[in-house]
Amino acid sequence: MTQEHRKEKKYGMVIDLDKCTGCGACMVACMAENNVPFKKDETDKLKSITWIRVYKLTNGKPYPNEEICYLPRPCMHCEGHNGHSPCVTVCPAIATDYDRETGIVSQIPTRCFGCRYCMGACPYHARYFNWWDPVWPEGMEKSLSPNVSVRMRGVVEKCTFCFHRYQLASEKAALDGRRELKEEEYQTSCTQACPAGAITFGDLLNKEHAVYHLKKDHRAFRLLERLGTNPKVYYLSSREWVRRSGDNYHPDEKTGEIISHH
Amino acid sequence: MFPFISFEWMWDMGHIVFMGGLWYAVSILGIGMTYCIIKAALDTQKGDDGGHHH
Amino acid sequence: MDSALIPEGVKRCPFPQFLTGLAVVGAVLAWGVFAMLLCWLKGLNQTNMNDSYGFALWIWADLAVIALGGGAFFSGFLKYIVGKDELKNIINFAVLIGFICYSSALLILAIDIGQPLRGWHIFWHANVHSMLTEVAFCLSCYFGVLTIEYIPLILENRQIDKIPFFHNLSHNMHEVMAVFAATGAFLSCFHQGSLGGVAGVLFGRPFAYREGLLVWPWTFFLFTWSAAAYGPCFTIFLTKLLEKITGKKLVKDNVIDLLAKISGWMICTYIIAKIIDTWYWASVTVHTRGQTLMDFYDDNLLYGLWILVAEIVVGGIFPALILLTKKGRSSESLLWTAVILACLGVCINRWVMVLQVMAVPVLPFEDWALYYPSWQEVATTILPVAYGVILVMISYRYLPIFPQERELNPVES
Repeated sequence: MTQEHRKEKKYGMVIDLDKCTGCGACMVACMAENNVPFKKDETDKLKSITWIRVYKLTNGKPYPNEEICYLPRPCMHCEGHNGHSPCVTVCPAIATDYDRETGIVSQIPTRCFGCRYCMGACPYHARYFNWWDPVWPEGMEKSLSPNVSVRMRGVVEKCTFCFHRYQLASEKAALDGRRELKEEEYQTSCTQACPAGAITFGDLLNKEHAVYHLKKDHRAFRLLERLGTNPKVYYLSSREWVRRSGDNYHPDEKTGEIISHH
Repeated sequence: MFPFISFEWMWDMGHIVFMGGLWYAVSILGIGMTYCIIKAALDTQKGDDGGHHH
Repeated sequence: MDSALIPEGVKRCPFPQFLTGLAVVGAVLAWGVFAMLLCWLKGLNQTNMNDSYGFALWIWADLAVIALGGGAFFSGFLKYIVGKDELKNIINFAVLIGFICYSSALLILAIDIGQPLRGWHIFWHANVHSMLTEVAFCLSCYFGVLTIEYIPLILENRQIDKIPFFHNLSHNMHEVMAVFAATGAFLSCFHQGSLGGVAGVLFGRPFAYREGLLVWPWTFFLFTWSAAAYGPCFTIFLTKLLEKITGKKLVKDNVIDLLAKISGWMICTYIIAKIIDTWYWASVTVHTRGQTLMDFYDDNLLYGLWILVAEIVVGGIFPALILLTKKGRSSESLLWTAVILACLGVCINRWVMVLQVMAVPVLPFEDWALYYPSWQEVATTILPVAYGVILVMISYRYLPIFPQERELNPVES
C-alpha cells in the first residue's frame, strides 16, 4: 500500500476568535455533513448532539464594559503524551483510536457498546451519546450523506475532522498517482462553511499549510493545556481575558505560562 | 482476548501480563472445578460417602 | 409444609409467613424488573443521564455494592490465607453477601451500557490498557469464584446432601476451597483496584486524577484497601440486622469482635492514607493544574466541603476510633453506629469518585452540572436490593448459613 510510505501528519485546526461572529454556520454544516441526528425538542442542550459547539464567553464585567467572545469547540483530537489521548486510552473495546498517520482520533460506532467512559474522560465535552435512535423528518433521509454512516441509539459519537473527506481525497490522489494531499484537497465541512474565514484546517507539521504558521502566532492558545491533553485545535485571540479563559490559572500566574505534565 | 484468534491480539507486555494473569486465574478455577467434579464422580462410584466435612 | 428442606435443629417461621414476605419483596423486585425492561427496550433515554453525566447513579451503585461486598474476599483472605479460623462462622454469610453484591453489579452494568447486546465487545475486543476492561474481566471471574464458593452451601441443603454425588462434590470443593479463595482474593484485589483506577486515570478530570505507581493511580490502591476495610463492616451490619429480624443470635460475639477489630485497623490505616492522598492531591496535583481545593467544592447543596468531612471524618475517623477500642466493639449501640457510619463513609467515597467527578466544571467557562436520577434509574438500583433480600431469605431458610445457630438457639424437640 502506498499509505505506508506516507509522511506522518498531524491534522489540526486554528480558530481565530477575533473573526468568529458566533453565527453557528459551522454547527449547521457539520450536522448536515455528518448526518448528525436531532430531535423535535432540543431544549435540553445536555442531550443535544453537536460535534462542533459554539460557546458564548463573557469577561464577567457589567454592562458598558461587558465583552463577548464566541468559541467554536470541535473535538480537540488530543495527542496527549505520545498518542495517549484521554478518551482513547480508557475505551475498553478499542472503539476509539488515535491514528498515528493523521493524528485524528477516530470513533467506531459499530464497535462502541455505549459504556460512556470516554465521555467521562473528555474534559471538553466533545463526546456525545445517542440517547435516542435517529428519526429524520419525512423525506430528509433522502438527503443524508452517503459517505457517513448514521449511528444507532446507545453509542457515542464525536467530531472526526470529516475523516471521510480525507479518505475520499486520498483515493482521488491515489488515482492521480500522488501520495500526498494538497492543503485544499482535504478541508473539514465547518472550515468551508465559516463565512468569516475564522477556521483554518491543515497539517500542523507541514510548512506549506497555513495552520503550521498560524499556530505559532503570539495570540495562539489551546484549551486546558495544563492537563496534558495536548490538543490539536488552536485558538487565536488578541484579547487577554479570552486567552485566560482557555485554562485554569492561579491569580499570581501569567496567562500562557504553562507547565507541562506529560 | 485470544492469542491467534482475535485480530487485535499483539504479543506486547500489556497483553502478555494482563491476559496472562487472566488466563492463569481462569485455568486455576477451571482445573479446580474439573478436579472436584471428577473426584466426586469417582468417589460416588466407589460408594464412598466422602466422610464428614466442614 | 417445607420442613423437609429446612436444616435440622433450627427453627424457621411458618411457611405462609415466609411466602408473604417473599411476595412483598417480590413486588418491589417486579417494579425494578419493569424499569429494567424499559431501559433495555427503549434505551437509556429512560434515565436522566446526559452528556455531562455519562456516569451517574448506576455506576455509583455498582462501585458501592462492590465495596460493601468486599467483606467476602477479605474475610476469605483472612480465613484461608492468614488463618483466622474463627471466621468460618461468618464466612458463609460473607460469601452470600459477596455473591449478591457481585451479581448485582453485573446486572447493573448490563443495564447501564447503551447497547447491551454488544456487551461482549469488552471481552472480545479488549483494550488491555483500559481500567474498565480490567473491571469487566476481574468482575466476571471473581463472580465465578463467588459462585464456586456459594455452590457447596447450596449442596449442603438437607435434601441435596442426601444425593451421594452432590455430597461428595461439596466435600471436595471444601477441600480445595483455599485455592479458590486465594484466586478470588487475587482477582478481587485487582477488581476493586481497577474500579478505583477508572476514576484515577482520568487526567482530563483533575478532580479524579491521581498520580501513582507504574500504571496504577493511587486510587487503585485506595479502593482495594477501603473495600477490605469497609466490606467487613457491611457483613457485620447485615449479620446484626438479620439477628434483629429473626430475633436470634446467629454468630458468637468473639467472631464479630475479631472481624470488627480487623476492620477498625484497616479503616484506621486506610483513612490515614486517604488523608495523605487528599492533601497531596490538593496541594500538588491540582495546584500544578492551576486549581485549588475550593474549586471542587462549591456552595451548591450537594458538593460543599461538608461532603469531604462526611466521608473522611464522620464515615472514616469516627468508625475507626469506635472499632479500635474494646469498649466500642462490645457496646451494642456503638458497634451499630460504627458499622453504619462506615458503610455510609465508603458509599460517599464512591459517590464522590463518580458523581462529583462529572459535576465539577473543567473548562473555566463552564458551570457545575447537577443531575437527579429518573424513577427508572431508582427502580433499577433498588432491584438488586430486593433480589438480595430474596436470596438471603431463601438461603437463610434452607441452607446452613450460620454454623453456630444451632448451638446458640437450641430447639426443644
